[in-house]
Amino acid sequence: MKSAPFKYMRPDTLEEALSVLVEHGEDVRVLAGGQSLGAMLNMRIVTPSILLDLNLLTELSWIEEVRGFLATAALVRQRDALDDATVREHIPLLAQALPHVGHYQTRNRGTLGGSVAHADPSAEIPLVLATLGGEVELRTARQIRRVKASQFFRSALVTAREPDELLTALYWPRRNPAQRSAFVEFAVREGDFAIVAVACTLDAGTLRIGFAGCGETPQIIERTGLVDLDAATIQTIAREASAGLACQSDLLGSSEYRRQLAAVLASKAMSALTRETVHA
Amino acid sequence: MLEIEAGEKTTIRFTLNGKPVQAQAESRMQLADLLRHVLKKYGTHVGCEHGICGACTVLVDGRAVRSCLMFAAQVEGASVVTVEGLSNATGGLSELQAAFRRHHALQCGFCTPGILASATQFLQDNNAPSEHEVRDMLSGHICRCTGYTGIVEAILMTAQKRGGA
Ligand code: FES
Ligand code: FES
Repeated sequence: MKSAPFKYMRPDTLEEALSVLVEHGEDVRVLAGGQSLGAMLNMRIVTPSILLDLNLLTELSWIEEVRGFLATAALVRQRDALDDATVREHIPLLAQALPHVGHYQTRNRGTLGGSVAHADPSAEIPLVLATLGGEVELRTARQIRRVKASQFFRSALVTAREPDELLTALYWPRRNPAQRSAFVEFAVREGDFAIVAVACTLDAGTLRIGFAGCGETPQIIERTGLVDLDAATIQTIAREASAGLACQSDLLGSSEYRRQLAAVLASKAMSALTRETVHA
Repeated sequence: MLEIEAGEKTTIRFTLNGKPVQAQAESRMQLADLLRHVLKKYGTHVGCEHGICGACTVLVDGRAVRSCLMFAAQVEGASVVTVEGLSNATGGLSELQAAFRRHHALQCGFCTPGILASATQFLQDNNAPSEHEVRDMLSGHICRCTGYTGIVEAILMTAQKRGGA
């Protein structure tokens, strides 16, 4: 199918982009990599009157260390993040998750910011941001604010972004050298939407496990004061964590199936943590 | 700032298979349709129009992308390569294309132009890929005929011939 007609606007500067949003906010869809939005437009799931194409904004494609964070501008392509040495060093969990995001061809074009702004319930990049306790930078023509991932994702495809705001950067807490991380997911075929995805970190006895694909937004559980992550502990944590999850049913699986899968994947991820050798 | 009103056409200038071209496109026109319907380059195929099948994959500035998920206006100033631009200098089959033929990597050929575009970038990125890596890259393409075995072989053999693996 073809998209319904829209007005195409392609700003040359961030300032221009923000002024379009101030003037037309509600009628605008923002186009970054377009790997989800393009399909939604073609299928006429969305029919905006204006398509605001960010792709010329070179000011939105940097990666920088900012205090305790590695910040990535909204237009950083998934492929470029995967190839980036600072991403691998400071946010290894993201580097572990990115190969699961779409396909080789869609990662060439898809962006980190676009995926977070889109907020698909099964998406890997929002899951990693939420599991790490990262933040989202939102900008209007007049102000900049930062929202914690836990407050940004509201429900399926719904976020805290206001119509006049643009998601301009993501802030990923930098891994401290002792942190270990693991990412696992199950999908019917490689590159398909994950039925359940699990991200997990262990840092000085604090374990965080994030689940995507179960409910409308990423769900995170935390356990502190862990001394030993032995097989029995892993089983108990996986069972308790999955029991507390909101799980939905759809064509791919019932809520009971998802809960079961979440427990299996969580124990896999925790076992991977105990095997992972810490690299500098 | 470029603005194209709904329903209005604008002239897009870009490089197609090494030659400068210009064409008229409406704001909502997909790159795939610009290539096929306006520029009459029918080598690029269209299956699903939502990014799943991979038939429409072309190279934009060297990267394999879905031409059904890009709008025509987005290639202004870019370099686009379709299957028509992948043959060797004398217009014969390229090394990769010859390997596809030798290994029976195509039957109906519907998926082939897209796979050739992806494989072209993939072999530049990775001159000694494993079978697993090739299959992972191919997960972005649906082939209803071959069962993929010949495609995997053709790509691996091309890498080997070029002295990678
Ligand atoms: S037609 Fe573009 S991916 Fe199927
Ligand atoms: S050769 Fe027919 S779809 Fe691949």
